[in-house]
Amino acid sequence: MSNHEHQDSKHQPVQRKEMSRRQFLSYTLGGTTAFMVGGTVLPMVRFAVDPLLAKGGESTLVKVIEESKVTAEPQEVKFKVRQVDGWYKSETEKVAWISRDASGAIFALSPVCKHLGCTVFWNTHGRNEYDCPCHDARYSRDGKNITVANLPLDEYVVEIQDGFVYLGGIIANTRA
Amino acid sequence: MFKKVYNWIDERLDITPLWRDVADHEVPEHVNPAHHFSAFVYCFGGLTFFITVIQILSGMFLTMYYVPDIIHAYASVDYLQHQIPFGKIVRGMHHFGASLVIVMMFLHTLRVFFTGSYKAPREMNWVVGMLIFFIMLGLGFTGYLLPWDNKAYYATKVGVEIAASVPYIGEYIASFLYGGDIVGAQTLTRFFAIHVFFLPGALIAMLAAHFIMIRRQGISGPL
Repeated sequence: MSNHEHQDSKHQPVQRKEMSRRQFLSYTLGGTTAFMVGGTVLPMVRFAVDPLLAKGGESTLVKVIEESKVTAEPQEVKFKVRQVDGWYKSETEKVAWISRDASGAIFALSPVCKHLGCTVFWNTHGRNEYDCPCHDARYSRDGKNITVANLPLDEYVVEIQDGFVYLGGIIANTRA
Repeated sequence: MFKKVYNWIDERLDITPLWRDVADHEVPEHVNPAHHFSAFVYCFGGLTFFITVIQILSGMFLTMYYVPDIIHAYASVDYLQHQIPFGKIVRGMHHFGASLVIVMMFLHTLRVFFTGSYKAPREMNWVVGMLIFFIMLGLGFTGYLLPWDNKAYYATKVGVEIAASVPYIGEYIASFLYGGDIVGAQTLTRFFAIHVFFLPGALIAMLAAHFIMIRRQGISGPL
């Protein structure tokens, strides 16, 4: 049949490349299926990944201690911040270890161990270092990682206003 | 009476071949502990499944009292365990069963490994078995948070921190699991959904594949 058509092609009207009925149906069905699957799956995926796309809330500065009370020896300060966790809004306590460096500048370290997130304490073993109780990670006075952890302790944003120290959000360590 | 009911249904739906196909087949001598006692090692897979069924059942019953909410989760677990008759038993089944599943599954894996049963033509079943292994670990990890006590909180925190150490995508994995950037209200609902719907769904699909493959290919020959 097709051979015959081929031979006579000059005398026949030009054959247009028409879609076969079968092809049309499979495209239509495929398109509809894709539309329906997409319409079902997309909302659910967007729903599930929302936390990835949400912007981190900006942190406010909190007054924690008088400037004059900060010494070279790190001291623990606790302060409350408002925390929004989905529909659950609460006040949560944060901890900072605050001290002065050799030049007298005040800095505050977050005691969350950069190894696996336990809480470190200053000088528990009398070595003048921050020690982690979980896996013996150690950090220097500046928060520099000495063993176990592979990153230095995070810092809080520090601001001094009217003789008081205010702490803000957490930033990567700038000293170690 | 039962026979009459069965026959009435069987005449209409021909159900005999259905259960025959599932239940009525020869157990080869080398895997039958009645013939060689040492063949009990071939029971570990079946025992894993048995405990998995107990996990699914006891878990279904636990959700009659459990609330996945940070205010009420701990209190609801405390209530169902200490105030409800047999609460200790039902929660105990789920709690200790969770460890037992891992133990049995590990023994089953060792048996498959040391009898060489993973070799051709059963490679795919080994891979599916490994997927089941990881699904079970995921069930253990997500279930651990649900009582919302200190142990649960810190285990999840440390677990997600480990996930966050994956190169490049770690941070995204962590905030997906946290449902934010702390272990909080959204983490608990997320872990509950994953523990109760997503992973069991995947587990049942994988178990079906595991069992269909073992029936198709038969049990591997004696050593």
